[in-house]
Amino acid sequence: MSAARKKLILVGNGMAGVRAIEHLLKLAPEAYEITIFGSEPHPNYNRIMLSSVLAGGAAMEDIIINDLEWYKSNNINLYTGHTVTSIDTEQRKVTTDKGIEAHYDELVLATGSDPFMLPLPGADKEGVIAFRDIKDCEIMQETSKTHKKALVIGGGLLGLEAARGLLHLGMEVSVVHIHDYIMERQLDEAAAVMLRKELEAQGMKFLLKKQSEAILGKKRVKGLLFADGTVEDTDLIVMAVGIKPNVALARKSGIEVNRGIVVSDYMETNIPGIYAVGECAEHRGIAYGLVAPLYEQGAVLAKKLAGVPTEGYAGSVTSTKLKVSGVDVFSAGRFTEQPGSRSLRYQDEIEGVYKKLVIEDDKLVGAVLFGDTGDGAHLFSMIKNGERIKGKEKELLLGISSDALGASKGNRLEGMADDEIICGCNGVSKGAIAEAIQSGGCTSVGQIKACTKASASCGGCKPLVEGLLQMYAGDNVVTVKEGICGCTTLGRDEIVAEIKRMELKTVKEVMNVLEWSNEEGCPKCRPSLNYYLGMLWPEEYIDEKESRYTNERYHANIQKDGTYSVVPRIYGGVTSPAELIKIAEVAVKFDVPLVKFTGGQRLDLLGVKKEDLPKMWEELDMPSGHAYGKTLRTVKTCVGSTFCRFGTQDAMGMGIRLEKAFERLNAPGKVKLAVSGCPRNCAEATIKDFGVVAIDGGWELHVGGNGGVHVRATDLLCVVKTDDEVLEWASAFLQYYRENAGWNERTAQWVERVGLDSIKQALEDPQERLALVERIQTALSVTTDPWKEIVNTPDLRKNFEQITQPATETV
Amino acid sequence: MTKMLVGKVTDIDVKGSRKLQVGDKEIALFKLTSGEVLAVENKCPHKGGVLSEGMVCGSKVHCPLHDWRIDLHSGDVQAPDTGHVTTYEVEVDPDSGHIYLTM
Ligand SMILES: Cc1cc2nc3c(=O)[nH]c(=O)nc-3n(C[C@H](O)[C@H](O)[C@H](O)COP(=O)(O)OP(=O)(O)OC[C@H]3O[C@@H](n4cnc5c(N)ncnc54)[C@H](O)[C@@H]3O)c2cc1C
Ligand code: SF4
Ligand code: FES
Repeated sequence: MSAARKKLILVGNGMAGVRAIEHLLKLAPEAYEITIFGSEPHPNYNRIMLSSVLAGGAAMEDIIINDLEWYKSNNINLYTGHTVTSIDTEQRKVTTDKGIEAHYDELVLATGSDPFMLPLPGADKEGVIAFRDIKDCEIMQETSKTHKKALVIGGGLLGLEAARGLLHLGMEVSVVHIHDYIMERQLDEAAAVMLRKELEAQGMKFLLKKQSEAILGKKRVKGLLFADGTVEDTDLIVMAVGIKPNVALARKSGIEVNRGIVVSDYMETNIPGIYAVGECAEHRGIAYGLVAPLYEQGAVLAKKLAGVPTEGYAGSVTSTKLKVSGVDVFSAGRFTEQPGSRSLRYQDEIEGVYKKLVIEDDKLVGAVLFGDTGDGAHLFSMIKNGERIKGKEKELLLGISSDALGASKGNRLEGMADDEIICGCNGVSKGAIAEAIQSGGCTSVGQIKACTKASASCGGCKPLVEGLLQMYAGDNVVTVKEGICGCTTLGRDEIVAEIKRMELKTVKEVMNVLEWSNEEGCPKCRPSLNYYLGMLWPEEYIDEKESRYTNERYHANIQKDGTYSVVPRIYGGVTSPAELIKIAEVAVKFDVPLVKFTGGQRLDLLGVKKEDLPKMWEELDMPSGHAYGKTLRTVKTCVGSTFCRFGTQDAMGMGIRLEKAFERLNAPGKVKLAVSGCPRNCAEATIKDFGVVAIDGGWELHVGGNGGVHVRATDLLCVVKTDDEVLEWASAFLQYYRENAGWNERTAQWVERVGLDSIKQALEDPQERLALVERIQTALSVTTDPWKEIVNTPDLRKNFEQITQPATETV
Repeated sequence: MTKMLVGKVTDIDVKGSRKLQVGDKEIALFKLTSGEVLAVENKCPHKGGVLSEGMVCGSKVHCPLHDWRIDLHSGDVQAPDTGHVTTYEVEVDPDSGHIYLTM
């Protein structure tokens, strides 16, 4: 090793210190001769994963971050099992308990924390431990082989993870907690109670509001005595009541210490050449106890040591996840209310979902999620960015259900900004992962982990990483998908909000104002903008035909050979001999090569030449069904009470009424309805966007079904009594869908994404419902019959005809 | 080479198209937002999609069948797909608005 190198010593071979070294090696691999001292006999391992080791999710050897080989290949002198006992800040040297002395030019203290042990009488007995390192883990595993009962003192994050681990090891576990609900530092009472119930269902017991007084037993622990005089028998006590920064060495060496070792924004202590990082450090009054902030500190320290300019560390907003299987808990930022802040809550006891958002000055400052933590990363990034959320509160609160996250993870991930952090532990952004996949060629979570460290720590973000992998590696696209298409980085909601805010009234205006990268857009954004504008300004906006797909531009369905098909509208699937004769005559006259019943009970005249379309419509003199558009297609019906011996209601009548009511409705996606006359459901109403099933004395209304590629059965929206109510709810539902779904998003996907509950909630209030009904009526009132229009307007009709054979020829 | 009068600029909508049969060739005439009129063979090099039915964005048309993108000036299929359609020379008489096609 060259003598010119400066000597760097790291005290503490833990997560924060070694992370800083890793960074430093990247920034300035040749700058230092590095020595690391660590009290523990192991190389650097992932402390967070101890919970998983205990709970059976990982083996000890899985949690090693850097093995001995790594230290060797980076020329690091490693002393495991050595505790540094003194620092001579004058001579710049350290001494260990094994008598080794070493000189330094720069010294980093990363001594972590000590578990806080309650000073109870008997706390020194055998079988009383903390939950901090591998040794503690091993004791728990050993004890579980010979003993039955365990008590965990402390109902915080760590205590619950310890308790879960002990359960896994087959022990009977009670959690003793002094507060009247658990995890009070991360959760509010409502979420805590839900969590407790969930854990009780897993077999955990709780002794709340209990003050421990003494530990009983001779040599080994036998029981725990409480202040109220009761005693709980036990074979093992795990204390998980808190940690305190390990500052003994620093204090002894004359380094300024408050709660932790006091450091500047550059992790400097008051002694030149000595830095502190990690749980032992106190920055702007805060000593952090989670990995993410410590890694941020490590990055700053590494830059400082490498002489790379850095802005310094400015503190962190933290988030917490409980790593207990089967329970999803997330909390971030400040979740208690204070004067000047307000909070929004959503609680669903049946589904076991709870959400709370704390808002101050229109900014999100804290969040608690229970049962469905899919939005955690998103909310956390909003808290960190301090972005204004005015007007979006409800959307954020109702958010995206975890179901939807599973089913349409792509959507959610696609909409995510590039700098949004996926892996909170390691601060890995979506963009970094995308790059690893696209340029780095990563094709598995393992490789991404190796390349970016995403999901290398607590693993909570693994589902998201998997989602990204699917999204980017699935078809090897090189471009990063953002926005609604390649022409913009804006997502659906942003676009709709901007259109409203700036009152944009044409597609062109939207593209100009919102700085589209392709001046005239593409077949993805143009139809969607056309839809959003029409939805927002139904009375003013003039539909842009040229921004519709071929089918909607020519009002017939283009087939693979370039011919079209015509589907006369037959309301409710009920026709008459006269109508049939007319259809047959037209088919004969225009030589229609194929006549077929469609899946939606209509007649399809296939193979029509484009030039013939207007003439056919003219002769048919009936509207052609919108058998192709993003609009109401058909309302399928059964015979119902009119003829069927089981029918309880008039399914045909209801179907016809609905089809007439919503004919020509523009929607984000195609819309299919069905009405069945009894629960035998012959019209298959439970795989439609809106399904109506008659029951005795009323109607069941179902939503969000789909019979397409991804078959989805409907969810029951509600049950109503009268026909008018069916209309009212159908109108409200369809309008709510029109206003809130993304273009090209079918109701099935939409319901899964936003959750049925949010839709129910929105429609429940009669006033809101009627307002929706009114808005859909406005939208419907301005629709016109496009076929009639074409037939009667030569300028439209010309587009169906060829330009006539050139008359003049010149040379 | 034949130069023929095939119609007037007003026969085609902006961002719209018209078809034209010349012998055994079907030609698609497009009118861009700029007013420029362009002509290409009305057949997508992919699977023969009818280009005149596609959406016009800028100076490119998107085939209605599988969304291949074709530059109407050069006739080149845009990446990631590859291919070419024949283009034809078009002249518009600024005074009369007559469209002349040479092929
Ligand atoms: C069971 C468990 C689960 C956790 N789960 C999470 C989680 O889900 N998310 C999260 O963000 N955080 C979690 N944490 C906290 C996280 O592990 C710590 O914040 C992090 O490890 C702190 O890093 P550090 O380097 O500051 O300290 P440590 O990783 O504790 O490293 C300090 C090291 O210094 C050594 N040392 C101390 N004094 C000396 C000395 N004088 N000489 C030599 N060596 C010395 C110690 O032996 C220790 O190995 C969890 C912690 C535990 C115990
Ligand atoms: S759904 Fe009921 S009413 Fe309708 S056809 Fe079937 S059995 Fe008869
Ligand atoms: S036929 Fe044109 S894209 Fe396939």
